[in-house]
Amino acid sequence: MAASDTPSPPGKAARERAADYLVRRHRFHWPEAMPWILAIGCFFAFPDRMTFGSQVLIGVMFALSLDLILGYAGIVTLGHAAFFGIGAYTVGLGAARLGWTEPISGLFAAAFVAAIVGLISGWFLLRYRGLTLLMLTLATAIMLQEAGNLRSDISGGYDGLPGLSFDPLFGYFQYDLYGHVNYLYVLGVLAVIFFFVRRIVYSPFGHALTGIRENVRRMHAIGSPVHRRLVTVYTIAAAIAGVAGALFTQTNAYVTLTVFDFDNSAKVMVMLILGGTGRLYGAFLGAVVYLLMEDYFSKLSPTFWQFGIGLLLVLAVLFARRGLIGLAEQAEVYWHKRVRR
Amino acid sequence: MTPALEVQKLNRSFGALPVTRDVDLRLEKGARRALIGPNGAGKTTLVNLITGVLMPSSGKVLLNGEDITATSQAERSRRGLARTFQINQLFRGLTVLENIGMAISERDGHANNLWRAIGSKRAILDEALDYLDSLRLTEDALKLVRELPYGRQRLVEIAIALAQRPRVLLLDEPAAGVPSSESHLILDVVAALDPDIAVLIIEHDMDVVFRFAKQITVLVQGAVFTQGTPEEIMNNEEVRAVYLGEEGGRRRG
Repeated sequence: MAASDTPSPPGKAARERAADYLVRRHRFHWPEAMPWILAIGCFFAFPDRMTFGSQVLIGVMFALSLDLILGYAGIVTLGHAAFFGIGAYTVGLGAARLGWTEPISGLFAAAFVAAIVGLISGWFLLRYRGLTLLMLTLATAIMLQEAGNLRSDISGGYDGLPGLSFDPLFGYFQYDLYGHVNYLYVLGVLAVIFFFVRRIVYSPFGHALTGIRENVRRMHAIGSPVHRRLVTVYTIAAAIAGVAGALFTQTNAYVTLTVFDFDNSAKVMVMLILGGTGRLYGAFLGAVVYLLMEDYFSKLSPTFWQFGIGLLLVLAVLFARRGLIGLAEQAEVYWHKRVRR
Repeated sequence: MTPALEVQKLNRSFGALPVTRDVDLRLEKGARRALIGPNGAGKTTLVNLITGVLMPSSGKVLLNGEDITATSQAERSRRGLARTFQINQLFRGLTVLENIGMAISERDGHANNLWRAIGSKRAILDEALDYLDSLRLTEDALKLVRELPYGRQRLVEIAIALAQRPRVLLLDEPAAGVPSSESHLILDVVAALDPDIAVLIIEHDMDVVFRFAKQITVLVQGAVFTQGTPEEIMNNEEVRAVYLGEEGGRRRG
């Protein structure tokens, strides 16, 4: 009984350990450098696969934006391609119809437009959860696609806006046929965005998002403006997906309405779940593994390649519930236990 | 003096079924009031009406004299009304420390910050650890809530509510589901609550009620049946007949 008045030494140690954990958690840990070193390593190791490499990095960015809303805030959406598509068409239409071919300002424009659409649609949709939200987000993406189809005179429809050209990066770095400049460009943008997302995730705001994911009833009870928090993160994620879409258009120099496809929304979710949700690096691992597998299987069997992807998913869902990152974490825990003994 | 919490002529129906009928209730500053009544008397519904989970069909809820009937649940919480849940509502996948930090971070508006790391806010950390110390949960600070035994989860449930620094606290069966060998841990915490906080406790265990409460309100079929001091309630023949029955008489006798 006396222990409650003055914390005993073991209590004090526990207190310091707990404080220490939270103080250290958001600091840079050396394994975090690994994906970046690998990404740069790939640049030198596979100079003739840089076009594919850029698409992988764009996939990582797209999955990262979904991780903010799905992995952290726990919002399940099947319409995330809407924002990717909006970003893709903002720079596509800008270049084709307005002659806006400067790439960096194009990214900002894409982020802005996608954010506006995210803010408005999020304001209405995020009052709902579960299946209702699933259907509403899906419908949003389809409606945008159909709007583009309706005015195919502007959007180019499913034939797309081909042969777009963009200015050299910073007015100096010309795009090359091998996509070397593109790869470094996308990697640079990804690094900046990742830095932002990482700050958000470890901020009190990010912490509140996990609270909404874990127990929304309790969040209401402790006075959290849940709807506002959700709309905020939805808008941020929309902007990031918009940037990913813009990079897609810029690196491919063409865009068609298929960017709004349900396929695209589903694929990014599969990537994220495969890699592990709510873990930052899950987006990296998931997008890389998924797209590599897709590439490999489609060469192995151009007809039945999706079978391989399907099998991979079944295995992941059965044996790696928390994704590949979760698997790695379990291995680490196991390793620590063995070493301690 | 203005009561900390006042409920006036509160009504609520689910369809044709009235579940709260003309309920009047007052909690003075520092009150210790128990709300008792048979199953289905509408005790939890009343808590949900007071906290804003449900909206009343008619009537008023006042917090420190201000009408909060039309405000959201979150707004009431920010004005100093906290509750615990009959069935745990915790952030199960987060650590105990993070559970408490969540309440502090929302209370002080830190949660609007997207940029500074939560771990760099020493004030949140220290305060959360203080609550854990006072409830003797420090050893569990870094454990995930879902890994704790149920009795300790019940303590976290209370700790979150305390971290809101409430002026009015509604405890919905704080010891529910806890083995009787451990329930004293929770009841000690309840007994040691800050004397300035007005507390309304829903509890089935009459020993707890008579030990803790200075005032008792008896709810039957959604309406206030009677209220008074523990002695008055205990000696009220009608209450015995309706609620305490044989069992209550035996246990106190």
